[in-house]
Amino acid sequence: MPTDGESRTFHGIGVSAGTAVGPLVVVTPAPKPAADEAPTTDAAAASAVVRGVLNDVASGLEGRAATASEHARPILEAGAMMARDPGLAMGIDTQLQAGKGLTNAVSSAVEEYCAMFESLGGYMAERVTDLRDVRDRAVARLLGQPEPGVPTLTVPSILAAHDLAPAETATLSTETCLGIVTAAGGPTSHTAILASQLGIPAVVQAVGILSVPAGTIVAIDGGVGEITVDPSEEEQELLQERKRRRAAALAGGTGHGATKDGYPVALLANIGTAADARKAAAQPVEGVGLFRTEFLFLDRDTMPTVEEQTQTYTEVFQAFGDRRVVVRTLDAGADKPLKFADLGPEENPALGRRGIRLGMIRTDVLDVQLQALAAAYQATGADVRVMAPMIATEGEAIWFAERVRALGLPKVGIMIEVPAAAIRSKGILYHVDFASLGTNDLQQYTMAADRMQGELADLLNPWEPALLDVVALACEGGAAMGKPIGVCGESAGDPGMALVLAGLGVSSLSMAPGKVAAVRTALSLHTLAECQQMAAAARVATTPKAAKAAVLAQADEVLLDLM
Amino acid sequence: MPSRTVAIASSVGLHARPAAMFVQAATATGLPVTIAKENGSPVDARSILMVMALGAKNGEVVTLTAEGDGADAALETLVALLSRDLDAE
Repeated sequence: MPTDGESRTFHGIGVSAGTAVGPLVVVTPAPKPAADEAPTTDAAAASAVVRGVLNDVASGLEGRAATASEHARPILEAGAMMARDPGLAMGIDTQLQAGKGLTNAVSSAVEEYCAMFESLGGYMAERVTDLRDVRDRAVARLLGQPEPGVPTLTVPSILAAHDLAPAETATLSTETCLGIVTAAGGPTSHTAILASQLGIPAVVQAVGILSVPAGTIVAIDGGVGEITVDPSEEEQELLQERKRRRAAALAGGTGHGATKDGYPVALLANIGTAADARKAAAQPVEGVGLFRTEFLFLDRDTMPTVEEQTQTYTEVFQAFGDRRVVVRTLDAGADKPLKFADLGPEENPALGRRGIRLGMIRTDVLDVQLQALAAAYQATGADVRVMAPMIATEGEAIWFAERVRALGLPKVGIMIEVPAAAIRSKGILYHVDFASLGTNDLQQYTMAADRMQGELADLLNPWEPALLDVVALACEGGAAMGKPIGVCGESAGDPGMALVLAGLGVSSLSMAPGKVAAVRTALSLHTLAECQQMAAAARVATTPKAAKAAVLAQADEVLLDLM
Repeated sequence: MPSRTVAIASSVGLHARPAAMFVQAATATGLPVTIAKENGSPVDARSILMVMALGAKNGEVVTLTAEGDGADAALETLVALLSRDLDAE
């Protein structure tokens, strides 16, 4: 929202700390097929036009593939293959012969294939994304508009978009992308997570940013969530000063996480693959607080075998030596359906048979995973701790704990994402060794607000006092049972929130490895008593904004540089 | 026009990766190759979209046709490909 008379400053939610200055590059939205299009009368001539455009789209994608990174190349090549597919051209011909206008013929033909393939899942579901991308590019060309998506960045730039899709971010590199600003999206959106992984400053929910013309120089501050248009020299100097102070605050300190007076708070990494594990293990982190194993399963038509899973888990455990690795068993269902364990469509997937609920139905899938984890534990002797997602009742915790312990795995825990588990954490923790708070889902269920709905971002602010109350309840149960409770949601990586969580009694924080340094510094500047005072102040606040302000007012001023 | 029939050996049918391998091989022949299920209309074997939409399952018999120089040899190669369990490889 513009805040001053000249609309030179925009405010959003800072989701990836850091500052950057550069020219704005605007990501063009996908065009809609023309509503008032003339019907096709000469199908042969129209077919030649469409084929020419599809060829241009394919050549463009192939050109970009030639210079793209190893990760982005297959995505671009798959798109080019779709654009050159004779079946697509024939499908469009049929639409043209029926009299449809150019862009509507392309759109209808693509949708026909998409409808056919979407239900198949796996390999073909991925092709649907490619097909729609080709459609958007072809429709844009037919309308005489630039192709949608992220343009090739020739100079280091700041990217502005309504929101970014995974395919659009695949080609981003930290060399040319200095920062990201989106008008929509929330703190747990794909953009936010990707930006913090890459260490690119980012601001989401910056309403109005798309009214700024492309090429304008802007300065962004991904900590406080501020964008300054045409910054003056003094403003740029101030930003540089902030950057220097941040670097100075982060320098030094690679040891164990602890408050100023020595209360230990383990600083852990979130990972999804063996490659993540190797990267994170090279960083000064105390282990893994969340290994999201579903990444091994998502694109598979059949379940990976015990042998294959054992090998992957062994690689991950070996990478961390004697540092702990907290493994979350398969968290499928809802927004992450699995082809080989799909229970069919549900009215309300987020409230449906996901997480442990799916595990209890498909015990074959869960048991294979637990056997592989046990085998990898036997082979490495690592500090392995296995936890289940979406636990709501004591019964579920007992069922899971028995299964894990029967295989000789040393430690079993649960995720607290369902408010019921937070409210009754004492009873649940009687049966297990530890718990980890998944604050993103816990907030979605506490506020009854869909995480994926950018429009509900106000209800999903991590500083929401109601969420802090629920976290506090969970921690009281942990303290009563003498069992450790960690946090592995986005909240854990916010230096200010980390102080509140420590004050509430959390004993470990797991986050994107790039966020660990700032959290370590923040903890080291405050005593446990100060953290407890800040937590109390945040809980009595009436709004998320007031909660954050109350914490910042009590905190060391260096904290502002870290955020 | 030269044609051959073959039963799909791939355990998942002519789907996903096996389909992509088949389409690549058909395109590489440089000839117009078609594929049809029993009693079905032939579709362009060089189109991953159409081959996928065909939905040929494991054990189903398909007919391949090709036209032009080297059509027989090209069909032999494609028949050999479909006779293997591509998914297991």
